[in-house]
Formats: sequence, structure tokens, C-alpha cells
Amino acid sequence: MTDQNKVDRRSFLRTGIAAGGTLVIGLHLPIGVNAKGWPDEAEPADTLEPNAFIRISKDGKLTVRIGQAEMGQGVLTSLAMIVADELEIDWPNVSYETVGADPAFNNPLFGFQGTGGSTSVRGFYTPLRKAAASTREILVAAAAAEWGVDAGGCKAASGKVTHSASGRSAGYGELFEAAAKLTPPAEPKLKDPKDFKLIGKAAKRLDTPMKSDGTAEFGIDVRLPGMLVAQVLRCPVFGGKPGKIDDGAAKAVAGVHAIVPLDYGVGIVADSFWAARRGRQALKVEWDEGANAGVSTEAIYKEFSEAAARETGKEARKEGDVAAAKPTAAKSLEADYFTPYLAHATMEPMNCTADVRADGCDIYVGTQFQGFTQMAAAGMTGLAPDKVKVHNKMLGGGFGRRAALDFVTDAVMLSKAVKKPVKVIWTREDDTQHDLYRPATFHKLSAGLDAAGKPLYWQHKLVNPSIMASFFPDAPSEGVDDSSVEGAANIAYEIPNISVDWVRKEAGVPIGFWRSVGNSHTAFVVESFLDELAHEAGRDPLEFRLSLLEKDKKKAAILRLAAEKAGWGKPAGEGIFRGIAICESFASTVAEVAEVSVSKSGAVKVHRVVCAVDCGQVVNPDTVAAQMEGGIVYGLTAVLYGQIDVEGGKVRQTNFNNYKMLRMNEMPKVEVHIVPSNEAPGGVGEPGTPPIAAAVTNAVFAATGKRIRRLPINPSDLAS
Amino acid sequence: MAKLTVNNKEYEVSSDPSTPLLWVLRDELGLTGTKYGCGIAQCGSCTVHMDGKPVRSCITFLRSASGKKITTIEGLAGDQPHPLQKAWVEKDVPQCGYCQSGQIMAAAALLEKGKKPSDAEIDSAMSGIVCRCGTYNRIREAIKLAAMGGEGGE
Ligand code: FES
Ligand code: FES
Repeated sequence: MTDQNKVDRRSFLRTGIAAGGTLVIGLHLPIGVNAKGWPDEAEPADTLEPNAFIRISKDGKLTVRIGQAEMGQGVLTSLAMIVADELEIDWPNVSYETVGADPAFNNPLFGFQGTGGSTSVRGFYTPLRKAAASTREILVAAAAAEWGVDAGGCKAASGKVTHSASGRSAGYGELFEAAAKLTPPAEPKLKDPKDFKLIGKAAKRLDTPMKSDGTAEFGIDVRLPGMLVAQVLRCPVFGGKPGKIDDGAAKAVAGVHAIVPLDYGVGIVADSFWAARRGRQALKVEWDEGANAGVSTEAIYKEFSEAAARETGKEARKEGDVAAAKPTAAKSLEADYFTPYLAHATMEPMNCTADVRADGCDIYVGTQFQGFTQMAAAGMTGLAPDKVKVHNKMLGGGFGRRAALDFVTDAVMLSKAVKKPVKVIWTREDDTQHDLYRPATFHKLSAGLDAAGKPLYWQHKLVNPSIMASFFPDAPSEGVDDSSVEGAANIAYEIPNISVDWVRKEAGVPIGFWRSVGNSHTAFVVESFLDELAHEAGRDPLEFRLSLLEKDKKKAAILRLAAEKAGWGKPAGEGIFRGIAICESFASTVAEVAEVSVSKSGAVKVHRVVCAVDCGQVVNPDTVAAQMEGGIVYGLTAVLYGQIDVEGGKVRQTNFNNYKMLRMNEMPKVEVHIVPSNEAPGGVGEPGTPPIAAAVTNAVFAATGKRIRRLPINPSDLAS
Repeated sequence: MAKLTVNNKEYEVSSDPSTPLLWVLRDELGLTGTKYGCGIAQCGSCTVHMDGKPVRSCITFLRSASGKKITTIEGLAGDQPHPLQKAWVEKDVPQCGYCQSGQIMAAAALLEKGKKPSDAEIDSAMSGIVCRCGTYNRIREAIKLAAMGGEGGE
């Protein structure tokens, strides 16, 4: 990852008038940018548009061009707010336009175009403000020059520049031809946060109306002239291949056009989804199941726990001397924790539409990684990347799943084979059984208290595979994969002797990024085991945490806020108990208090979750609240239900009947409290998820005295 | 050819009578507002109204929909957005938005009964509709807002 400030310093701005009479300002990020894409001012201006963030029309309306993917996190609105505020254009005059694959829109924190890791606002906050402020400054300068007055006496507001001394005023639309002749300053003066009009105040999302009347276009909704619809029957065993294919009956199904063998499965290309399904049912394939035919989660779990006992692993954190401290502890505690594989289960199943032609290729898809999509399609078709046009559609959920390319591969290969546009749609069963799963993880922990009840040492060994290595096979895989140990290696608690080690174990189950990645399991483990330690020390879980965060005032304040708003220390109501947990992830910190009751049969009900978040400068507080609510539901679903089992190399779960989702009647009240801050923005899409598991299981412990060390919660373990 | 009435418009459709209504709407009529989520009546993304009642179009076959009055999300609004659609905007309910057609159609059927639904009634009408993004609390608030608006003569 690239240091954000470094990127900012090296970025620069270009400007010009585009065809159609719009002022276009582009922020040129240095990483991976093809300089050829940037014409000189003398070249025809309409070629400037694909690389620009800002477009102001003659009537003063602003269009913010966005290369980040909208998957529910509100990025279209947040990024547009940042630009509009700094550019002094009123919200009703703001709209957005999404762009496909274009290196000018590379994510400054990634160095490529991608949406993930809760980076959109973090990465684009300063670059977009600079792009907007710089535009504002040339508009002001143009007005000042026109009026022969000092620019310092002019002010931009509500899409106008005004010179108060002379009472002159001009709309941006009247100024931009003169403005375009000016060189935008590379280091414009940004607004003082106290003057923000939009940033930090709740704005209505720009995409709500279209998501309330059925007009939002998701990838699955794409329709092209002459388009066929396909399904792919994949080998049920990961990594298996088709052997003998008997497609006679399938081809005879009305509406089926072609049966296309692929390396990993068989495509059924038809008139419609339903015809493809019937063709699929008639298709007979013998599979070459390959090396993973024996893979089972049971064996994986056993191997993980044995590896934890057998292997030392790689050092992820070392402070003091755990081995020396151990024998001096007054009390010691040991525990093993375990979390299962999880599917993403985006509401919109995977899909992609490709139109591969001799002269080019169009991809219509909801993807988190437009650039990689373009490169992959170029590789498969033999076309130059600039001949591959990616049209990014709304994503019906991403959560990391839409960072992958398997669904793109399907569509490109099938379109290439049948020489027609093809929309491939995964069934829910395909989606559940061929995900890139959140890895299963095993954790071995021990900790000790001194005679005064203070933690003396903390030892945490994690066993899990490397997601980075599986996603980026060419990247160096020496050392420790941060995504495997994040949330564990960076614990903030002040304990004199700490060791965190990572045993990498690959297991034959495909894996990927799942909302909050490593923190999705480490926060559960760390915050549960810390609770065990508090209990062992006979201390209140909140007070115990605070005593270990004396130097980390920020985290202590967040914990206190959540606890205070939840009424920590006061009765929670008949049969209701509280648990607390905190996690820093993606440059934000979130503490959550869960209020839980456990029935006689062991059923866990979560009544209320109080969440305190410090995510630095907030752009849209309502979006922060929504992301916390959503992140909590995502994590809660995993705590209560999430589990993917593999047997004989095949996933056992198929659909929502056996891979269950949290529903309306199980939804707790959620309260979100945001810590006011003008520090650099942190992420919000993911940080709401990590703390909820331990907040709930710590509350379950408070209610029952039973410690949950394996997810999901098994109610029969809690039956009284 | 089967006859199908969708959003007060008559269609002659050529899909096989055993095709689920969902895919007739989406693939043949191009009404893509109704979504596919599971295909087995588990998620409610595909909810439409058949003679005013909410049904899951993924398990409602063309042959049984033919001759009935079908309303989809595209046909919910009159000249003005439906009160629920206004409430959805007011509460900024959607995140990814994929489930929301189903949510709104289920909620619209609930409000058709013409009363202010209790929390329990909302739970029973809405728990069949999964929202992976977790917008449930806002859905609940928006339904209540729309129900109040209805009473206020909106
Ligand atoms: S698609 Fe019909 S209930 Fe899920
Ligand atoms: S808004 Fe994304 S599934 Fe409901």
C-alpha cells in the first residue's frame, strides 16, 4: 500500500474545456497512470473527460465522476459531498457519474482502481478536496481578473463568485471559459473544517430514489440486443474439471443455444435464465475431481489445532519476554478458539455480462476491481486492455466477494465461444457453494496475571491461510500476511510481555476478503479472551480494559462512550445481560455493547447494540450510522448462524434455508454514537463488524457463565 | 402464448407455462426491478403482488399468474411516488438496494390492509424478506412513517 501523503504531494492537476462546453478538472495520480491518456491542452478537449473527476456545466451544475464502486456503502454520495463542499456548489445541483476502468481513478491507497478495505473516503478525501479547491480558486481568479479586482476580496459560495465591495457576482458557468485558461494551483487552500457546509452533516443519498422504485441497474439487470443468458455448472469439488460431457439432452431443451466446456465447468448458454436452468438439469457431466476430493472441514480443523501445538509459526509481534514471564505469573489461563469458513452471500448473486467481439470487448458488471477486470478480460481475449471497456453497475452487495474475477471469466469465455453478448448468472446455490470464503481459523492463547491481578503476559498463536497469497499469487509470500493477524498483532492493551505468532496453513478451500477480513475473527478471539482474563482477575470487563488503555486515551474514550450510552453498570432489564468489545480496524475504532438474553433452550436473543465509533472526520454521519448498523448485522449473522462445511471437497450448504441470514424479527435496536473529530477520515464500511461477535458472546457469558470459544453459537451448548 | 396482466398492461408472453413469473418478468418483459435472490422462497427479493397479495414470483409459475392482476415495483407508484417510496427516501433506507423492491412490495401489501401496523405485524409481514446489508431498522421506521403519512391524509 502506498502512503497517502506521498501520493498527495506528487499528484498534480490539469484542466481544460471539454467538448460540450464543460469545465473539466482531473486529478492526475502518479501510480500506474498511462501518461498517454493525458492530452496536452492543445489536443481536442473531449479526450480529457475520461480522466476527470469534476465537471461543471454552463448552468452551474456539478457532476462528480466516480471510479469507486457503489455497493451500499454510500460512496457515490460521500465522494460527491467532498467535492461539492470544497467547490461551494449547493447539494441540489450535484450529481454523479460512474466511470469504468480508468487508471486516472486509481485508489490512492491501493495504487490501482479498487474498492475495498474501507478506503474510498480515506483515499480520496484529500485528493478530491484539492481537485475541488483548485477549481474553486481558478474560478475565483477568473472572476477577479474579469472585474479587475483583488481575488482576496472575492468569495465563492452556492455556485457563484461574489465580490462584496463592488457587489459583483457571476455564476460558475459564466466564468469557466476564462478559468480554463488558468493553471490550477497544485496546492490550493483547503477550507477550514469549521466552514464545511456538507462534510460532517447528513446529506440524503443520491442513489436512494432509484433504489426505491426499481430503476437502479445492477449487473444482473443488464440487457443487450441479441444477448443470451447463461449458467455455469461448476465441478462441485473445488478445483475439479469436467471429464466426459453428455450434452445431447441439454442441447435438445427449448431455448438452449450452446453447451460450452470450460476448464472448471460447463457453460449452458440459452435464451433465458430459465431455459439455461432446464438445460443444466438435462446435462450429464462426469467430473475429474482432482486433488481436493478428500478435503473436509473436519480434517482441516483437526490439522489446524495440531499445527498450533506442533509449529512455532512466524513472529507477528514480540514485546518483552513471554517465556521468562510465564513461570512468574500468579495465575495463568489457556484457551483455544475457533472460527469457521463463511460465505459472503451478497444479496445479488454473482453475475457478469460480456460482449466479446473481434475488435473489442464490453464488460457489464458490478465489480470492486474494475482495473483487474479489464486486465483479465484482455488476457482472455487477446485484446489490448484499452479495447476492453468496463461498465460498472450497481453492486447488490460486495463485502469483498466482488473483488474476484471468477464471474467475469465465465462471461468472457462464454461470449468468446458463442460470439454473442452473454449474461452469466450464478444461482444462489452456485454462489453459496463456489464462494471465496472467509477462512476458518484456529487460535491458541495463554495469558497470565501477576499477584496484583494485572496482566503479565499475552501469547496468541493463529493458524490460518494467507488471503493475500491466494489473491495475488505473484506477490512475495515471505513474512507475515497482515490480513491473517490484523486485530491480533496490533492489540493496544498495555501488557508488558506479548507474543503473537502466525502459522500459515493452506487448506484446499478457496478463500477471499470478507468484510473486515482478519479482524472478523481476531476481534472475537482477542476480546473474548481478554474478558476471560478480566473474569479471572475478578474485575469488571470495562474497568479491566480501561486499566490496560491508560496511554491510549482515544480508545478509552470510545469504550467509555459506548458503555455510558448503554448504561453499563446499571441493570439492563429482566434476564438481559451486557457484553462489551472494541476493535480498531481500517483506521477507525469501534466499541460495541450488546444486550443479550439466553432462553432455557439456549436461544440467544440480542435486544440492543450500542455502538461508539471514532472514524476521524466524518463526511456523511447518516452513512456512518448506516454502515455501523449494517456491519453489526453482518457480524451478528455470523455469530448466530454463519458456518460453511466442506465434505469430500464440496460445500454442504446450498441456499438461505441452510446458510441462514438474520431477519427483521431478530434485529436488535442499534444506536450509533459518533465521536466528533477533525482528524483524517477512517474507514466505515468494515469497522462496525469486528466487535459485535465478542460483545455478544461476552454478554452470553454474563448471562450463563458459559464461554463461547467456537462460532457460530450453538444453542444446545447454552441450554440450561 | 399466455396472457399476463402486469401493472395494468396486458401482455402476450411466449415463455413456457412452467416458467416462474420472476423470469417471465425479468427476461421476457424486461421488468428487472423484481430481483432474484434465492429461487426457493427464502429471501423475498422477488416479491410482487398478485391480485393485491404479496407472492414470491420465483415459485409462482406463469400458468398460475396468467389471468391475475400482477403489480411489480415498477407499477407501484401512481402519478406520485408511493408513500412508502417517499418514506424510503426520507429514512435513506437502502444500502446496496438489491433487496429493496421486495421489501417495499411486502410493506405495500401490509399497508394495504389500511392500518397502522404494530411491531409484531411488521415482523410477521417483513421477516420473509432478507436484507444482507442490514437495513431492517430503517425499513421498520419507514413503514411507520408511511403509515402515519397515510393517516395524515397524504
Ligand atoms: S428469489 Fe424468490 S424468495 Fe428468494
Ligand atoms: S440493501 Fe442490500 S440487501 Fe438490502
